[in-house]
Amino acid sequence: MAGGTREKLDNPVMEWVDSRLPIFTMMQKEYGVFPTPKNFNYFWNFGAIAMVMLVTMIITGITLAMHYVPHADMAFDSVERIMRDVNHGWLLRYLHANGASFFFIAVYIHMFRGMYYGSYKQPRELLWILGVVIFLLMMATAFMGYVLPWGQMSFWGATVITNLFSAIPLVGDSIVTLLWGGFSVDNPTLTRFFALHYLMPFVIFAVVFLHVWALHITGSNNPLGVDAKGKQDTLPFHPYYTMKDAFGILVFLIIYLGYAFFAPNDLGHPDNYIPANPLVTPSHIVPEWYFLPFYAILRAITFDVDLVLVAVGMVALGVAFIATPYKYLESILKMMEKSFLNFLGFSAKNIKTLKGVGLITLGLAILLNYFLNDFNFTIIPAKLGGVLAMFGSIAMLFALPFIDKHPVRSSRFRPYYKAAFLIFVANAFVLGICGGKPAEGFWVPLSQLTTAYYYAFFIVVLPILNKKEPVLELPSSINEAVLAKNKDKK
Amino acid sequence: MLRVILLIGALAVSPVAHAAGGGGEKLPNEHWSFEGPFGTYDRGALQRGYQIYSQVCSACHSMKYLSYRNLSALGYSPDEVKAIASQYTIIDGPDDEGEMFERPGKPSDRFKAPYANDNAAKYVNNGALPPDLSLITKARPNGANYVYGLLTGYEDHAPEGEELATGQYWNKYMDGHKIAMAPPLADEVVAYEDGSATTLDQYARDVTQFLTWAAEPEMEVRKRTGIKVLLFLSIFAFIMWRVKKKIWKNVKY
Amino acid sequence: MSSSTKDPKNGETRRDFLYLTAAAFGAVGAGSVAWPFIDQMNPAADTLALSTIEVDLSPIEEGQAITVMWRGKPVFIRHRTAKEIEEANATDITMLRDPESDSQRVKEGQEKWLVMVGICTHLGCVPLGQKDTDKKGDFDGWYCPCHGSHYDSAGRIRLGPAPKNLEIPDYKFLSDTLVRIG
Repeated sequence: MAGGTREKLDNPVMEWVDSRLPIFTMMQKEYGVFPTPKNFNYFWNFGAIAMVMLVTMIITGITLAMHYVPHADMAFDSVERIMRDVNHGWLLRYLHANGASFFFIAVYIHMFRGMYYGSYKQPRELLWILGVVIFLLMMATAFMGYVLPWGQMSFWGATVITNLFSAIPLVGDSIVTLLWGGFSVDNPTLTRFFALHYLMPFVIFAVVFLHVWALHITGSNNPLGVDAKGKQDTLPFHPYYTMKDAFGILVFLIIYLGYAFFAPNDLGHPDNYIPANPLVTPSHIVPEWYFLPFYAILRAITFDVDLVLVAVGMVALGVAFIATPYKYLESILKMMEKSFLNFLGFSAKNIKTLKGVGLITLGLAILLNYFLNDFNFTIIPAKLGGVLAMFGSIAMLFALPFIDKHPVRSSRFRPYYKAAFLIFVANAFVLGICGGKPAEGFWVPLSQLTTAYYYAFFIVVLPILNKKEPVLELPSSINEAVLAKNKDKK
Repeated sequence: MLRVILLIGALAVSPVAHAAGGGGEKLPNEHWSFEGPFGTYDRGALQRGYQIYSQVCSACHSMKYLSYRNLSALGYSPDEVKAIASQYTIIDGPDDEGEMFERPGKPSDRFKAPYANDNAAKYVNNGALPPDLSLITKARPNGANYVYGLLTGYEDHAPEGEELATGQYWNKYMDGHKIAMAPPLADEVVAYEDGSATTLDQYARDVTQFLTWAAEPEMEVRKRTGIKVLLFLSIFAFIMWRVKKKIWKNVKY
Repeated sequence: MSSSTKDPKNGETRRDFLYLTAAAFGAVGAGSVAWPFIDQMNPAADTLALSTIEVDLSPIEEGQAITVMWRGKPVFIRHRTAKEIEEANATDITMLRDPESDSQRVKEGQEKWLVMVGICTHLGCVPLGQKDTDKKGDFDGWYCPCHGSHYDSAGRIRLGPAPKNLEIPDYKFLSDTLVRIG
């Protein structure tokens, strides 16, 4: 964004502005001639689509705020007034309510693309992390926005989600009281949620700016995952991608507006058309669909983690350590070797046995103690465990660039990663379905199983693939791959 | 690629579609004139439905988000709306002396509620609160069929082994089957002026039509606008597709 | 036109046409999207429904005035005395800043009733003069304390910065003692 060399513009007014604030030069550089890999597929439209949705949400949101009344006694009525009396009010509200869903759809597809084509890898780690920050802010904003109509789901959703914080040891209850501004979800909660719901989109906008800035430093990834090496690999952003994005945005808008005009309440919940009633909980509380996978993870932890469980885990881990051949553990053990054990003269090979035996001994000792002295101690109660698991699932996304160090980016050249990742995606859909079902019967073990795979993908599968997945030969440049593909066609 | 996106989109929303539901028998699946992208309300049914609401339902159920002026959408002229509104006595005030006073209703008044407040309503109805009906078809899954089912789903006796307390009735479609509302409609209870059948089934249909309109008065405009918007966008998207093709014509990718 | 179809630059023309169509669609789309977002600020249906009021004039004695709220604004209704009407008619309207005769400002046959929006046409303050104890200005009518505009007994501007006479709303006598404003 620095001045640098600047070419004179023909239009005198633009030149006058540009010589003082080179905004036209910057636009030309960043959106006009900006070199963009020429082999994007339509997945690369979703960044622009998400941006359009953010702007849609801000504009419809501001106009709704002109009519909405943030008071527990009037919020529901004011929303009904918007629907019935305000000029085009129903349109604004349905665009906003369905817009939230379609903003999430766009962002989820955008994230899918990032993970599938390895866009989070070096040098785009920070770009990815800023994206996860945006995702988190979106979740907070969407949650608070859903509370504002003050229907039954608003009220009970707010109650359940704010109560998550009560799982924090010692200070949990005080934090919840602080969030509520009272002793239950009530008017003070509503007004502060409104204030924050109005603020957050602008914070999101600022982080989006950083996200785009970071993108324009590293340049875009592409479906091959190989870096653009020169002019033959890229195209100017305008008109090639401006026009392609415009087409993609229009197609997305058709689906979005199809919902907003013809099925505006299909993505919502009927209970939210019943005014909030602190005395009656709806029989089946579900969050909005975009939270369902995380909600399933929250509910999957139905057991306390106590010392017995830890001891059994230790024994199992110890056995696994001893049983696994050295070569599979090499990298982990090499890392440990660098720690203080090295001073004691242990080599990596020694540590393997030592670790295994040590873990088994410790585990057995705890178990023995338990049976002899009835010594039982809960380390993580189920409630806290669920909350930790849910927030942890997002923490995994933050850590992703540092977990997956495999040098190849695109799934096209990583068959094992591709399989594991597509299972991860299918797994996320199953989690979503579990989240929408009552927490009973067969759904509980299913959500536990899928939660386990969610974590295993990050903690087990990716590190193993790092080590084991062969590095295939990549095309030497985008252009070469394109030429080869076109030759095949002929 | 687009197909993949659409598929993902469809999968993403599918869990919501069957998230709702629960208790009671499967609801009837009636045909309604307001269904589908070109659906409209039947003005005759709306007026008959309003007649049933005002003569039967309104004895217990409020519709606090509707005003008499809204009735012009049912096909009543301004003078007819005025006449309807003036049949009701509205409490207004305070006047210059600080007293509340009664006056005839005006089109700008909200529908008169049967009870002064929720507590009064509960007291009169054995502790059960008759819900406000302004949004009832949006506040229940499959709302129109639910209302129709509930009104036609009463059984004379509870099945063997089920006990009904005093003031409870058995309804096929009610969540938990026990309902505190006595069967509100039966053949011949309301006299129609337009010669429509005076049967329970016809009454239930008409009042369902009216309540759906009450919950979604904007529906006809919404669908009409939607058709125009989607037509416009489809043509625009087609043009942009041609533009994109043209621009990319000489690029190998 | 017809000759250009055989032109070798035909492709060029068609491309231009395509781009122009796309641009036109974009402009029409943007324009139609803007309208709902602007129109939502106009008065809503419930606000419009309250935009007429009916006022019973029977309790207002001669020489007295009442103020009623109409569309969020004060409306002055004055039962004028014979002296006030006479004064208003005696004024030479060619001398006025906003020339209007008294008969233009009242309904025929109901000359004793003066109904006007009680908002000074200068910058929107509410003039004094409704109560007996108020300052009525130099012309026995109303006086705006903000910037010193004087209105006469027909509500016409006589002195001070205000550009126009006090506004007369749309109103109609439904009977001799009942008036509908709006």
